[in-house]
Amino acid sequence: MSTTAEPTRDKYSLGQSMKRKEDPRFLRGHGNYLDDHVLPGMLWLSIVHSPYPHARIVKIDKTAALAVPGVVAVLTGEDLAAHNLAWIPTFHGYDKQMILAVGKVLFQYQEVAGVIASSREIAQDAAELVEVEYEPLDPVVTPFQSREDKIILRDDRENKTNHIYHWEVGKRDATDAALAASEVSIKERVVFQRCHPAPLEPCGIIADMDAATGRLTLYLTSQAPHAHRTVVSLVTGIPEDKIHVISPDLGGGFGNKVPVYPGYVVAAAASVVIGVPIKWIETRTENLTTTGFARDYHMDVEIGATNDGRVTALKVATVADHGAFDAAADPTKYPAGLFGIVTGSYDFPNAFTELDAYFTNKPPGGVAYRCSFRVTEASFAIERGMEMLARKLNMDPAELRLKNFIKKEQFPYPSPLGFVYDSGDYHMTLRKALDIIGYDELRKEQAEKRTRGELMGIGISTFTEAVGAGPSKHFDIMGIKMFDSAEIRVHPTGSAILRAGTKSQGQGHETTWAQIAADELGLDAQNIMVEEGDTDTAPYGLGTYASRSTPVAGAAIAMAARKIREKAKKIAAHLLEAPVDDIEWENHAFHVRGLPGKAITMQEIAFAAYTNPAPDSEPGLEATFYYDPPNLTFPYGAYIAVVDVDAETGFVKVRRFLAIDDCGTVINPMIVEGQIHGGLTEGFAIAFMQELAFDAQGNALNTNFTEYLVPTSLETPHWETSSTVTPSPHHPIGAKGVGESPNVGSPAAFVNAVMDALAPLGVTHIDMPLTREKVWRAVRDAKGTLSA
Amino acid sequence: MKISVTVNGKLYERDVEPRTLLAYFLREALGLTGTHVGCDTSSCGVCVVVLDGDRAVKSCTMFAVMADGHEITTVEGLVQGGKLHPLQQAFWDCHGLQCGYCTPGMLMTSYALLKHQPHPDEPAIREALAGNLCRCTGYQNIVKAVQQAAAETNAPAPEPVAT
Repeated sequence: MSTTAEPTRDKYSLGQSMKRKEDPRFLRGHGNYLDDHVLPGMLWLSIVHSPYPHARIVKIDKTAALAVPGVVAVLTGEDLAAHNLAWIPTFHGYDKQMILAVGKVLFQYQEVAGVIASSREIAQDAAELVEVEYEPLDPVVTPFQSREDKIILRDDRENKTNHIYHWEVGKRDATDAALAASEVSIKERVVFQRCHPAPLEPCGIIADMDAATGRLTLYLTSQAPHAHRTVVSLVTGIPEDKIHVISPDLGGGFGNKVPVYPGYVVAAAASVVIGVPIKWIETRTENLTTTGFARDYHMDVEIGATNDGRVTALKVATVADHGAFDAAADPTKYPAGLFGIVTGSYDFPNAFTELDAYFTNKPPGGVAYRCSFRVTEASFAIERGMEMLARKLNMDPAELRLKNFIKKEQFPYPSPLGFVYDSGDYHMTLRKALDIIGYDELRKEQAEKRTRGELMGIGISTFTEAVGAGPSKHFDIMGIKMFDSAEIRVHPTGSAILRAGTKSQGQGHETTWAQIAADELGLDAQNIMVEEGDTDTAPYGLGTYASRSTPVAGAAIAMAARKIREKAKKIAAHLLEAPVDDIEWENHAFHVRGLPGKAITMQEIAFAAYTNPAPDSEPGLEATFYYDPPNLTFPYGAYIAVVDVDAETGFVKVRRFLAIDDCGTVINPMIVEGQIHGGLTEGFAIAFMQELAFDAQGNALNTNFTEYLVPTSLETPHWETSSTVTPSPHHPIGAKGVGESPNVGSPAAFVNAVMDALAPLGVTHIDMPLTREKVWRAVRDAKGTLSA
Repeated sequence: MKISVTVNGKLYERDVEPRTLLAYFLREALGLTGTHVGCDTSSCGVCVVVLDGDRAVKSCTMFAVMADGHEITTVEGLVQGGKLHPLQQAFWDCHGLQCGYCTPGMLMTSYALLKHQPHPDEPAIREALAGNLCRCTGYQNIVKAVQQAAAETNAPAPEPVAT
């Protein structure tokens, strides 16, 4: 209990900006992150990486490394092969990935050997002494080189091709016909660059095999501790009861801490063999060069429309670069994630999308970086496409959107690519945004500036997300259905413990989960302790990513609380000496119908449940609920960016940015706003700065924070936020999830604004990140063309 | 090498390898794990501590031996008499933290800033925090928190600039 805790304004505080319960420990430096753990007798793992993107391994000489005092072991792929751990299946099970390279390396920085030593420094020193002889091979760097199949990268696979899979959804023929018949159309290749979530806390593990009990404890930077426990069991054959995963405080995740990484497997294998705890904490370079990248989608976007601006068809054909292994983190039946949301907020009569994925000599991944499984790529494609269409039609982009939005009376709306959108009022939200930002005035200002040759741009993005995976009939990972869970135990004196299958990485679950339960139970949110991340105590859940925590676990919490309320109602009837059917729940207490003076609180009932249970009833007051959502939720928003571009330097000044989000019912407005600020900052980073680039030989060019640029307080714009509330009709409290919306919706708003600024020069598209150099070159080239 | 360092008012005498970074000395030799490590290039600032009362330094860019004879304040030293420092309180009030990993560095940089400039304006705060990365908050509420803490300080307001 913190010394400065203050009472909340409303102890049943759903919808209140309750201060976060987790903060006092972080503020005092008493957070409990992975690297803060030190176990007795612990050894350190350091990993040897390949300098080549593609090479045959001729020889590995461990001698010099083993001679260093303090070095206990040097492991290679061949050592792991002896334990059948040189390769493990990838997340969805369609491919396998190397743990330590066997035979050849397939990307620069690939893991080649592991050195176990008595300290971090000795392990790192000795890793430098592992001598690996390579025979370099020609690399395949882009998916377009890859699809030529001149060099086959994966000779371990049965099919001798670099093509991984083809995926499609929608009506190809009808869409092609509608596009051919359209009066106006646009077609453009839009690239969503390879980028990386880069949470400030890197990934890591302490694997601790207890020889006495046969139990393997894994302290793991894990967004999905139960899923990781099951994976470890399936891969190693260790019974699941002998595996204990503890995910401590996470210093950010953003999708980076969903997959299983080679360092985890090497540390765990070494701990099992050596019998002592082994710690591995990746360096920033390891984080950026080996663990889950995001995106790398090359999307050909085509939209057809009538002359008066009604859309008739959408086609998006994507080439995806998956790197050396198909380790994308997507539900089993959705190899391209929820990319089918690409029709966005618009009522397309015809739509078709297809995708082909290829291997390259680049790191594996394809994680959902602050994104619900490829929703960010899809939103970027459609929002850029609508902007281009508006320009082609010479129509205001806001007007084009208002003309083509799905209307609120069309919900639940079956999209042409297979989703059923739950709720929305897109017209209301965009109109609110236009009003708040003063859109008409801004357009007037822009027109005046254009007469003076000044480059000012206004960019709109009105995205719709599909989040909260997901209904078990469609969504699973390795066969495990994507439900989530909650367990609530109410203590005799009316406080409680709540455990969930999710895992906060900064989202504030210790606060918001307590708020949901408090509101449902009529207890004080300050006295509901929330615990996550320990597989021995939490109910089984699939974890936190893809904005699924509030839509799925949040619902499970409300439902577990309602189960408790059902039981409490019987106790209330017993205590109030009234028939159960006459008991009503109102204003966070039970009342007898027609007798306004007679009421009893949950706190009183909790005490009775342990001291004076109703006859024939089970004592105690607790419940567990596994929630299988009937549908995804569809948060949406209207974002507007205003920029000024300096033609001389290429510098883009984001003058204003307004985000109106509709995430349904809001649990804690302060936390929602904080999530939006953070997501907008990541969207800004992706639009202008962040990229994992490679040279023509496959060398990684962004290997640390001096090259992989994330925004500081100086670059980051001021954010304006507001909201509309359209509850989800199928979620118990109407919430939709919000953590990813701003990162999904904002990149297109920024790029649309810059392209709008450059419109007088005839520039239609620049691929992200919009660095000063790229903008300056585009302006220079356009001016050259104009004056020529 | 033998060093003596005063950390949060307490004198420590320890034998350290010359190459030990101050960040690891604090974390591993003294068990003060509030100071974090997030990169290898002095870019992220999660390791910032305060040297000799008013200098924000990145403890991953200083050897422990360089701290010999000096005073270090870490995030663990901010609480006085069981009470949160005004900066800690303001970060809590303003939702200036999410995952908490950057928070100690942000607090220590802000602490040093307010020692030199008790009433900084927003550009000055953003300038001072430019060496501290945050991936969660977008900085806006951190800036707000520093402004709140500054508003509560007893330090004299700056002299009006003569016009």
